[in-house]
Amino acid sequence: MALHPARGFAHASDDATPIAEDKLLRIICLLTAAAILFAAGGTAFADGSGDPAAVKKSDQGEYTDKDGNPTYKVQQDGTVDWYTYSGYRRYHSECHVCHGPDGMGSSYAPALKDSLKTMSYGEFIATVASGRKNVNTAQENVMPAFGNNPNVTCYLDDIYVYLRARANDAVGRVRPAKHEDKTAAYTKAEDSCMGTKQ
Amino acid sequence: MRKILLATGLGAMAAIAAGSAGANDELNRMSQNPAEWVMPTGDYANQRYSKLKQINASNVGKLQVAWTFSTGVLRGHEGGPLIVGNTMYVHTPFPNKVYALDLANENKIIWSYEPKQDPNVIPVMCCDTVNRGLAYADGKIFLHQADDKLVALNSKNGNVEWTAVNGDPSKGQTGTSAPMVVKDKVLVGTSGGEFGVQCSMTAYNIKDGKQAWKAYSEGPDDQILFDEKTTSLGKPVGKDSSLKTWEGDQWKIGGGCTWGWIAYDPSLNLVYYGSGNPSTWNPKQRPGDNKWSMTIFARSPDTGVAKWVYQMTPHDEWDYDGVNEMILTDQSIDGKPRKLLTHFDRNGLGYTLDRTDGELLVAQKYDPKVNWTTGVDMNKSSPTYGRPKVVAEYSTDQNGEDHNNKGICPAALGSKDEQPAAYSPETQLFYVPTNHVCMDYEPFKVSYTAGQPYVGATLSMYPPPGETNMGNFIAWDGKTGKIVWSNKEQFSVWSGALATAGNVVFYGTLEGYLKAVDAKTGKELYKFKTPSGIIGNVTTYEHNGKQYVAILSGVGGWAGIGLAAGLTDPTAGLGAVGGYAALSNYTALGGTLTVFTLPQQ
Repeated sequence: MALHPARGFAHASDDATPIAEDKLLRIICLLTAAAILFAAGGTAFADGSGDPAAVKKSDQGEYTDKDGNPTYKVQQDGTVDWYTYSGYRRYHSECHVCHGPDGMGSSYAPALKDSLKTMSYGEFIATVASGRKNVNTAQENVMPAFGNNPNVTCYLDDIYVYLRARANDAVGRVRPAKHEDKTAAYTKAEDSCMGTKQ
Repeated sequence: MRKILLATGLGAMAAIAAGSAGANDELNRMSQNPAEWVMPTGDYANQRYSKLKQINASNVGKLQVAWTFSTGVLRGHEGGPLIVGNTMYVHTPFPNKVYALDLANENKIIWSYEPKQDPNVIPVMCCDTVNRGLAYADGKIFLHQADDKLVALNSKNGNVEWTAVNGDPSKGQTGTSAPMVVKDKVLVGTSGGEFGVQCSMTAYNIKDGKQAWKAYSEGPDDQILFDEKTTSLGKPVGKDSSLKTWEGDQWKIGGGCTWGWIAYDPSLNLVYYGSGNPSTWNPKQRPGDNKWSMTIFARSPDTGVAKWVYQMTPHDEWDYDGVNEMILTDQSIDGKPRKLLTHFDRNGLGYTLDRTDGELLVAQKYDPKVNWTTGVDMNKSSPTYGRPKVVAEYSTDQNGEDHNNKGICPAALGSKDEQPAAYSPETQLFYVPTNHVCMDYEPFKVSYTAGQPYVGATLSMYPPPGETNMGNFIAWDGKTGKIVWSNKEQFSVWSGALATAGNVVFYGTLEGYLKAVDAKTGKELYKFKTPSGIIGNVTTYEHNGKQYVAILSGVGGWAGIGLAAGLTDPTAGLGAVGGYAALSNYTALGGTLTVFTLPQQ
C-alpha cells in the first residue's frame, strides 16, 4: 500500500507550515481510507503498515519500507537509525506519561508497542493529530489532539519509527546505545519546523 | 505552524488582603490532640509525630488488621486520611472522591462526594493523577481537585459550600497537592512544571472562597510578593530579583510549581513551602538562575509577602524540584536553642536553616551516592555562598543539548520526592523515606504550546552502579547532617513516615508492605503486605481508647509510572543486577485503606 502523500509531512523543509489544518485533514482522510483497504497479512514480518524492512534512505536519514512508509533500521552491532533514536527521546518526553515507558502502556492508555502491530502509519498520524476519546461507564480514556504541538508534530515520523521498531521487537526496553548521526538535512528541517533560528 | 512563544496571560494581579486574620486557634488546638489527625501533615510543624504509645516497640509485632476500605479507584493513592472527632475523611486520586466514614458506627459511609471533572485533565497531569489529601477547618473539608478547583465541602453532609477556580487545566495547571488551613485562610499550590505553568501559592478565605492573595514563584515583584525587606541568606534580594534571572519573558512559562507540603509557625507567623523545577527540563533553553524556582519560601500567611527565600538549585539541570516538606523543630545547636527548618531536597542534600531568618546552617548529602555536586559553599564571605558546586561531568547544561549525561545521582525523582519524612522530638532524629536511583539525562530542544507537555529531556533511571536496592529508609541527625542508621529497601520508599512516642516508626513500601521499625536502631519489628504498593502516608489516631494505624495502598505516582511499568525490568539490561525484578511482579493497582490495631487482650 502506498502511503506516500505523507512523506515529508513531519519535516516540511521548504516552508515552516507543516500542518496546515486543511492539508492535514486531507492527508488523514486519504491515509485512513488506505489503511482500511489494507488487510493485515499473516506474514512473519509485518505490522500495521506491512513489511518493515527498510529499502531506502533519505538525505534526512529516514528509512522507508517498500511501500514508502517510514521504518527503522537496526544494524548488527545495535546501531539504530537517527529517527528511531530521536523517536525514543520524543516519545519519552511527550507520550510516556500515559502510554508508559518504552511503549508498554498503562491503565490510562494502550501499549503502543502492541497497537502498532495492527495500526497503520496513516491511522497513527491521524490519531496523534486529532486525539481520541473513549469515555464510558467503565473508563475515561482521553487522548488529547497533538496537532498543534510542534514537539510532537515535528517528530511524528520519529515517534512512529521508534514505536514501529518496538512493535517488531527490533529495539528493546532501553535507550538505544548507538545511533546514526543526525544529518544536516534533518537539522535544517527540524529548525524550520520548530521555528528556531539557525 | 510556526511556534511563537505565547505569553500565558496569567497576569492576575496579586491582591493583598487587609490583615484581618482571625487566628484559627481551634485547628491548632485540635492538631495537638493525638487522638485526631486534623491536617494532612499531622501538625503545623510537619513533624508527622504522634504522642500515642499504646502501640509500642514491644508489642507492635502483634499488630493486626482491624478493618479495610476500598476506595473504588485505581492509580496512585498518595497522602492519608484525616480523623476529625468520630469521622474519618478519605480522598482518592482522579476523579477525587471523598468519603466520610463513621468511626463510631462500623465505619459506615456517612456521605461521599465525587466532583464532575473533564477527563481531558488526565493527560495534563505529569506524574499520575494523584491527590495528596484534604484539609479541615470550621466544619469544612477542603478538596483540591485535579482540575485545579478548590472546593469547600460541608463536613457533616458533603454539600458544596463554595468553589474557587485556582487555575486552568487547558493551560496545564492542575491540582495534586493537599491544601493547608492557616488562620482564616486555606492555602493551595499548583502543579504543571512539565507544562510551562507560571506557578503560584494562593490563599483563599475559608469563609467564602474569595482569593486573599496569590504569590507566583517567578515574575515581577508585585506578582511574587517581594518587598524591600525580603532577604536571601541574610541580605535583601533587591528589586526584580526574579526577572533579572530569566531571559526575556521566559518567566511567564517558568514553572516553579508549588505542589508540595506547607508548614506554619504560629509564633513567627510564617508559612513555609518550596517551589519546583523551572520549565523546561532543557537548561540550555533558559539561561540564568531562574529565580525563584527550586526555592524555600517563608511568607506571611496574612499578606503572602515573602520574608526570606533560599534557592537551593539555581538554574536547575536535573529536575530537582524543591517542593519537599519543611519540617520545623526546636533544637539546640552548640548549646544554643534554635528555631530550625529541615528539608530533604530532591537534589540529595539535607538542609537545616534557621527558620526565623533563613540562615543556612547545614547542607549535607543524605545519600552518599549523590554525585552532581561536591557540596554547598558554606563560606559566608564567598561570592558563591549558599550555592552548590556543580560537577562538570554531570552538568547537563555544560554538556549541552543532545548529549546523554550518564550516571547522574540522584535521578530526577530525587533522593526523596514528596513522600514526607517524620521527626521524633524524643530521639531528635528525622526518619526519611528515600530513593536510591541514578539516571542518564539528555536534554533537547522543545517548543512551548499552552496546555501541551513542555519537557525537553529524556531520562533513564536505575539503581547506583553495583547496587541492587533502589531505596533506603534512613534516620538522619539534622543538627550535624549525618545518617544515623539506614535500612535498604528493594524499591524506592515512596510512602510518608510516621514517628510515635511508642518508639516505633512506620512507613510503607512500593511492594505493599506496611513496616514498623525501632526508632532508635531501625530494627524491623513488624510488616504486613497490604493489597497494593504503598505511596500513601502513615497516619495514627485513637478511638474508644484504642490506637489505630492507617495507610492507603494503591501503587502509582511517578514511582508507579517509572518503576512499576518496568524501568527495573530484569530483561531491560539497565545495569541492574540479579535478584532485581519489576515492581509489577509484586503488586497491582487498586486503592485500599488498611487500618491496624493491637488484638484484644
